[in-house]
Amino acid sequence: MSASKHGSLLQTDPHTKKRNAAEKRFRMYGLSAIAIALIALVILLVSIISNGASSFRQTYLSFPVTINAAEIEAAESALLKTGAYNKIIQTSLLTYLTENDLLQDIPEEDAFGMISDEAGATFREFILANPEAAGTSFQLNLLANGRIDGYFKGRVTAQTALLDKNVTPAQLVMADRLAEQGALVKRFNWAFFTNPDASDQRPEAAGLGVAILGSFYMMAVVLFLALPIGVAASIYLEEFARKSWITDVIEVNIANLAAVPSIVYGILGLAIFINFAELNQSSPLVGGLVLTLMTLPTIIISTRASLKSIPPSIRDAALGVGASKMQSVFHHVLPLAAPGILTGTIIGLAQALGETAPLLLIGMVAFVKEYPAAWSPDAGLFGEASTALPVQVFNWTQRSDPAFVERASGAIITLLIFLLIMNALAIFLRKKFERRW
Amino acid sequence: MSVLKLTVSTLAITAMSATVAVARDNVQIAGSSTVLPYAAIVAEFFGENTDFPTPVVESGGSSAGLKRFCEGVGENTIDIANASRAIKDSEIAICAENGVTDIVEVRIGYDGIVFASDINGNAFAFTPSDWYTALAAEMPMDGAMVANPNIDWAQVNADFADQPIMAFIPGTKHGTREVFEEKVLLQGCEDSGAMAAMIDMGMDEDTAEGACMAVRTDGLSVDIDGDYTETLARIEADTNGIGVFGLSFYENNTDKLQVATMSDVVPTTQSISTGEYPVSRPLYFYIKAAHVGVIPGLQEFASFFVADELAGPSGPLADYGLVSDPELADTQAAVANVTLMGQ
Repeated sequence: MSASKHGSLLQTDPHTKKRNAAEKRFRMYGLSAIAIALIALVILLVSIISNGASSFRQTYLSFPVTINAAEIEAAESALLKTGAYNKIIQTSLLTYLTENDLLQDIPEEDAFGMISDEAGATFREFILANPEAAGTSFQLNLLANGRIDGYFKGRVTAQTALLDKNVTPAQLVMADRLAEQGALVKRFNWAFFTNPDASDQRPEAAGLGVAILGSFYMMAVVLFLALPIGVAASIYLEEFARKSWITDVIEVNIANLAAVPSIVYGILGLAIFINFAELNQSSPLVGGLVLTLMTLPTIIISTRASLKSIPPSIRDAALGVGASKMQSVFHHVLPLAAPGILTGTIIGLAQALGETAPLLLIGMVAFVKEYPAAWSPDAGLFGEASTALPVQVFNWTQRSDPAFVERASGAIITLLIFLLIMNALAIFLRKKFERRW
Repeated sequence: MSVLKLTVSTLAITAMSATVAVARDNVQIAGSSTVLPYAAIVAEFFGENTDFPTPVVESGGSSAGLKRFCEGVGENTIDIANASRAIKDSEIAICAENGVTDIVEVRIGYDGIVFASDINGNAFAFTPSDWYTALAAEMPMDGAMVANPNIDWAQVNADFADQPIMAFIPGTKHGTREVFEEKVLLQGCEDSGAMAAMIDMGMDEDTAEGACMAVRTDGLSVDIDGDYTETLARIEADTNGIGVFGLSFYENNTDKLQVATMSDVVPTTQSISTGEYPVSRPLYFYIKAAHVGVIPGLQEFASFFVADELAGPSGPLADYGLVSDPELADTQAAVANVTLMGQ
């Protein structure tokens, strides 16, 4: 009787079919959602990597340079010393080109234009460090101009050179000749990670040195402030505080703070740390303090979650054998919660590392060429101006020279690698030390 | 007890932070994004040619820079504000209120504003009246104001190619917008006789000027609030677009952009310095005189900036697109003597 009503279990009735179809559809939605996310990620990565991968290699020009003591003296007395050194490099280049019969029909001016404007500074630094080089001939590795570099990276072609005011087709012919001679070579671009920023006229010399240092200092400040404060606050709230409406209010506020747009912390930082406390603007100290405020809620929330996940039996056992509340927390609960706390901290730090908005307001979006010292008597701890990695990306995307597009994408790749390392470390620590009950 | 502890530690941290950072030894600059590349070039040369540290140059716009400049005197305020327009009287008043009474105005040169379109597109030879006719929100026609009916450049000027109007102009927060309105739209309004027609219709001069500079909002003109890189990206995406750029930006992207003439003059540093090319504006920086002698290198940086070797007609700034100031010698003297504004 009931069998006739519901049919055989082996035969699917229309209702079951409908349910099965709904499930199938849901799986398809899920799959397509994942596919869309993956496609978006792939497009993003492909565009960044195809734009930026070339920034890790750089074209250098190397040829013998000679300078004598009189020339050094003359150059050092000029207002634009590096300009004078540039002239000497040009003379040496001309000698090299004529000796090897490379110049032929190409105008001298075009040949000179192939050397980066940075060359004068590189040369001057070398001479000041090696005064004994005066009067001798020595091989110097100099940056090639950004457009010549672009030619070897496919960004500049004979067609674009015809229209481009900053490069001539003759220069590309010369570049080919020099490459054949072995004087123009592409090398791994270590300078990209160590050099400071460069002005719009020298994209080939621009690097992430200052930005990486600045980001590192800020992370140090965040780690040394946010971790102890965050852990102390969480332990107190979780283990000691009596549950009352005050702790509820605090809890709600912490959750709210975690969702506050980061720019708000920038405004706060400007008002409190720069205008009131009179700390140096553009300094990693202020940046770190602002990011600390931003990261604190994240750390508190994850620390409280990992403290909560420790079974009460552990606390009870400790208290049962006569441990004080504090001993039970510091000897038993905290060590067991440490992996979770560390993971939360690293994720918080990674978030802070990629943050740009609050730094806009405290003057870190700037052209900074001096490496910031960790401590100096004038500026104090982390008080010297610097930029940060995400800010450097922002800066470079606004520059007019197309070579900065490549630099910006290269900086994004660098930032992504740092983030990847930090997140991988967080996962590794969790997997290695996590305990389940 | 824990409250006490918390208070004590907070105080300790504050006291510590307040004592660690006291002074700075580098020049701090902020302001116009148009002046930024020039300031960065000079800062770079200054750092590598002198014993002073390289100044820190921030962007953010002329108004924002001058606002910070006027916040007061002291090491936590900036020393120099870059501006792509002259400081306003209202800003001088705010400065004075906050104790910034002594300001040195330095004009570093001129910047050309050019109209450029995709390199493979049609060439244009504009006059200001073409731009007015293409972009005005409303124009007088048969004694009444009507919404701009033109949607194609051929309608604006019969000599132009048949190409839909699509203009990317700087947003209102840019100093460039002001120049565009005054030297192109207003000029075009006067040249085309629209201004006279409006006054004939009974408008007073101020209202008429306002109507001349009102830009259409039907989507054929797009305000770009970002940088020139954004304008360039928009033109690459929509090859019918014509954008407003600074001369130096165009000079660095001549393989992607073609420049239009204005009243038959090709914009070059030459034609701008002689005044032949009509759309240009002076660029400035302002020095806080109270910081001269306090911040090491400030006076030296300012003198270095306006030296012939840098800001002169064959210097690196001119290479980058700055139209050098024919009266540079006067500027050099003013910087050397720290001549204050209004003296």
